[in-house]
Amino acid sequence: MAPVPSSTSSAVTLNINGEKHQLTVDHRTTLLDALRERLDLTGTKKGCDQGQCGACTVLVDGRRAVSCLNLAVAAEGREITTIEGMAEGDRLHPVQQAFLDLDGYQCGYCTPGQICSAIAVIEEHAAGWPSAATEDVRPEAGPPPLTPDEIRERMSGNLCRCGAYVSIVQAVTRAAEAHEAAARDDDRADRHENTEETAA
Amino acid sequence: MREFGYQRADDVIGAVALLAADPDARFLGGGTNLVDLMKTGVERPARLVDVRELPLDTIEETADGGLRIGATVTNSDLAAHPDVRRRYPALAQAVLAGAPGQLRNMATVGGNLLQRTRCGYFTDLSTPCNKRAPGSGCSAITGEHHNHAVLGASEHCVAVHPSDMGVALAAFDAVVGYETLNGPGELPLADFYLPVGDTPHRETALPPGALITGVTLPPAPVAARSRYRKVRERASYAFAIGSVAAALDVEDGVVREARLAFGAVASRPWRARAAEAVLTGAPADGDTFAAAADAELAAARPLPDNGYKVTLMRNLVVAVLTELAEETPR
Repeated sequence: MAPVPSSTSSAVTLNINGEKHQLTVDHRTTLLDALRERLDLTGTKKGCDQGQCGACTVLVDGRRAVSCLNLAVAAEGREITTIEGMAEGDRLHPVQQAFLDLDGYQCGYCTPGQICSAIAVIEEHAAGWPSAATEDVRPEAGPPPLTPDEIRERMSGNLCRCGAYVSIVQAVTRAAEAHEAAARDDDRADRHENTEETAA
Repeated sequence: MREFGYQRADDVIGAVALLAADPDARFLGGGTNLVDLMKTGVERPARLVDVRELPLDTIEETADGGLRIGATVTNSDLAAHPDVRRRYPALAQAVLAGAPGQLRNMATVGGNLLQRTRCGYFTDLSTPCNKRAPGSGCSAITGEHHNHAVLGASEHCVAVHPSDMGVALAAFDAVVGYETLNGPGELPLADFYLPVGDTPHRETALPPGALITGVTLPPAPVAARSRYRKVRERASYAFAIGSVAAALDVEDGVVREARLAFGAVASRPWRARAAEAVLTGAPADGDTFAAAADAELAAARPLPDNGYKVTLMRNLVVAVLTELAEETPR
């Protein structure tokens, strides 16, 4: 039975992977604990529980964040995407597929966080965000190529105790290349469409 | 963790009023530091006033050509902003040098300024710490202090301020704006952090209950050629053991204007005005840069295990200024 809201708890609606969940949370409950202990979404992992390992990474309003330092009550009204929400039916997200194909893990515990983070890294890079590995951050310098150094820097918030970093970098590289190729195809298709419209 | 109430503020005045109603309340921004400190018991608020939704999330040009950065702008948005990257590149670099992407997406500019030291004794409730428990003593002075302050510390506390962003803001004369029940106010960053003295638990000059609403950067053409360089014990995702934000304007081999600030050496971002005085009007060469560093570091009072920071900062200043001097003027 759901506890009654009090001055130290609240009834909240959490939007997770496109589905709304109503629950009453003690304000001390982190988003991580709400996901795992209340909603049975155990794909998101608890590592350090203090924002230092990245195992609990999820997307909040499309941006990666550590769920261990987000309070569940403060997550109301935001769109949460966890590792359970990345695949489309039986079709894995391209980043998930790349991690599988290239062995981007050993024990797998940090993997959901790595994949959520990598998905966001590819988006952040596509949006032109620089990183600490970017030599020239001025916008005129243009977006930096997503080199292994850039990927290592951008993924540095996700620790892997097994040390699968070499394959993780390869997996992110492959997924990013596929993402860029898809973006180019979309671009070409758009141009083609425009040409036909003009011709018509 | 202590149980606490939670309210989301809709507007700035409402947020200030909510906080004023409860002396044990705290503002919640990104939570990357506060929630962590609540877990360890260092912070025990009775109520959180969530200010993340306040309409303070824009970066706008000011009438005089500076930038006004709202308090709830995230670190990510600050570092990605074209005007910041073009006109104050050291600020973008400083923000990017701190924390990983997950935390930069959460952390806010206001919260960054108010984050607490990462001194291990501050977060260890079993040990004395004057910052956490005034009058209890400082464990670091006789204990583990290899990453503690060499400038501006006192016999009561040697903790360093952990912000990277703040170092660049200090170099560029940022002004912090805030709101209180009695109206708005502002503090230059130079006066924002209090000297340590015998009150290390009192960290800022903000009036009680004040909410930071934003940071204003005055126009600074010199900042267009600026850099932030951070030294840490691993390549990424670690706090600095020393850092430098620097800007340099050189004409005909002579320094016309210089800005210099140090991180991880003091209880606050450390503006190196003694060094700037040596640089201004002097030849832009290695001898000048070393003399400037020495002028600032003459005041250093290292502890037995952090004397390396004096050498590190000297080398860092010379390296960063040399790089800036060699950059093609643009």
